[in-house]
Amino acid sequence: MRIWFGLLFGVCVTMSARAALDIEITGAGEHQTPISVVRFANEERIGGQSLSSVVSNDLVRTGLFKLIDPAGKAPHEPGEVRYAEWAGVEAIVIGSVRLLDGGRTEVKFRLLDAVRQTELVGMNVTGRTEQVRAIAHRIADLVYERMTGSPGVFSTRIAYVNREAKKYRLVVADSDGYGEQTLLALNEPIMSPAWSPDGSQLAYVSFERGHASVYVQSLATQKRTLLADFPGSNSAPTWAPDGKHLALVLTRDGSSQLYISHIDGSDLRRITFNETIDTEPAFSPDGKWLLFTSDRGGKPQIYRVATEGGYAERMTFEGSSNFSPRYSPDGKSFVYSHYNGGVFYIAVQDFESKQMQILTPGGWDKKPSFAPNGKLVLFATESQGRGILATVSSDGRVKQKMVAQRGDIREPVWGPFSK
Amino acid sequence: MKKVVLSIILANLLVACASDKPKEEVSEPAAATSTESTADAATAPAETASTSAAPVAAEADAAAAEAAAASAAAANEVADLMEKRSVFFPFDVDAVQAADRDTIAAHGAYLGKNKNAKVRVEGNADERGSSEYNLGLGQRRANNVRKALILAGARSSQIETVSFGEEKPRASGHDEESWAQNRRADIVYTAK
Repeated sequence: MRIWFGLLFGVCVTMSARAALDIEITGAGEHQTPISVVRFANEERIGGQSLSSVVSNDLVRTGLFKLIDPAGKAPHEPGEVRYAEWAGVEAIVIGSVRLLDGGRTEVKFRLLDAVRQTELVGMNVTGRTEQVRAIAHRIADLVYERMTGSPGVFSTRIAYVNREAKKYRLVVADSDGYGEQTLLALNEPIMSPAWSPDGSQLAYVSFERGHASVYVQSLATQKRTLLADFPGSNSAPTWAPDGKHLALVLTRDGSSQLYISHIDGSDLRRITFNETIDTEPAFSPDGKWLLFTSDRGGKPQIYRVATEGGYAERMTFEGSSNFSPRYSPDGKSFVYSHYNGGVFYIAVQDFESKQMQILTPGGWDKKPSFAPNGKLVLFATESQGRGILATVSSDGRVKQKMVAQRGDIREPVWGPFSK
Repeated sequence: MKKVVLSIILANLLVACASDKPKEEVSEPAAATSTESTADAATAPAETASTSAAPVAAEADAAAAEAAAASAAAANEVADLMEKRSVFFPFDVDAVQAADRDTIAAHGAYLGKNKNAKVRVEGNADERGSSEYNLGLGQRRANNVRKALILAGARSSQIETVSFGEEKPRASGHDEESWAQNRRADIVYTAK
């Protein structure tokens, strides 16, 4: 039995390694910090991808760091660092790996300020040995936070739908696209995954009952609950910040309209009352507002309504139409898909200035969502006829494409900080 | 046009009675000549009921043969109609187009006459727009086809609507030719 378990695990590891994405980064931050990540002592003993290279990749993908090759220098303790040898480097990451009993690994790492010649962070991170990537992401988060002042998002997860011919999979993966875990596989479409604020559950739309219905699924237990299955379409679930309510879209009274319900399906309340399409609700971080897409003005545009309902204010006026709004984590702006001249762009708009900024060169860019630190936007786009994941920094400077090796990726959404 | 369709349907119903084939279906306007003659044939036995037995039998045989032939013809026409179950929409439009009104009227009338028949109207959209908006658009297209079917004689209980949005494209290209095919509602019979 044990052997079988071992074998199965081996298979899983290979699968997730094979599911790896080709990552292509363009652009750079306004200021790039030169940083050097030295191979950790004993990191070859834990197998898999090198721990220090996962840390390096995380940092470089933000566009905020410029990796400097250690050029043969291999310090593992602060005492081994001769700062004179590190001219031009602002920060150095060093560390060591120690295998513990019970399949666990302890990683000791330090972030050093090479200019002031001081230690900025010194910490031990422990985890199961097979979770070496998770340990590396945690280290990258700590480095990122110390260097930029914002929390890192490398330990967070993303959800998306993978479509291969008529097979649909609901997938959760690390924010760098590795560690794919399939939550649901169907021969019917799956749409619109949405994270619960604590990251423990996903709501989504599935067509397994012949029409669009809304399910909620626990990531830990995989248990699924059918939340909304009224005649017509049940869709666009999105969690309220309180974790107890969801906004969703039902057509049971005619056209697509916004509703709010308790997560157990009780207390269903209609928010909009129109004959038009009102869809894609997104809660403000304070839970008081919903942004949504509506064609009440003729073409689909983004509107905002209080969660108690009432007057809806139009927010977007540029381009032929605009879709899929999502609040920034600080609630000061929102990101959306901007359609103009037959091309979809990712755009961000500030609530106060009402200025729209287009973040991407344009293509088939849809379904944007902010990373929980607000620094990156994840979206779906197309490359060579295939649906892929992409990110852009919230200032538009750094772009990244992640090409999956199989199928089309659709409907991505960035999860919350892990608790 | 509506009158013609209705009279054809009535004629078909008579054919259905004469040939004892419960599965008769609506025919298209083009079928007018053959179905009208069939209607005559179907009523023939009643007209000749008072005359002697032998001619009645002969005439009835002839009528039955004619009815069978007509019913076969009607079946073909029905097959033609059943092939025409898709209606199409311009970009971001959910109103039923004039070109499709006869198709919908014929299905609506059929549903009106066949109380056990049931349909599922499936709305679809092209991939421009967000998936959720397109789900809403497909639903509106299906809902509008449903309304038109009811106006043409169907009962609301006979029609279920569903939207597949942009999720089940008939054509997979990223061009107007494909998109035009995907902006569509299909009338699918779940019971005839």
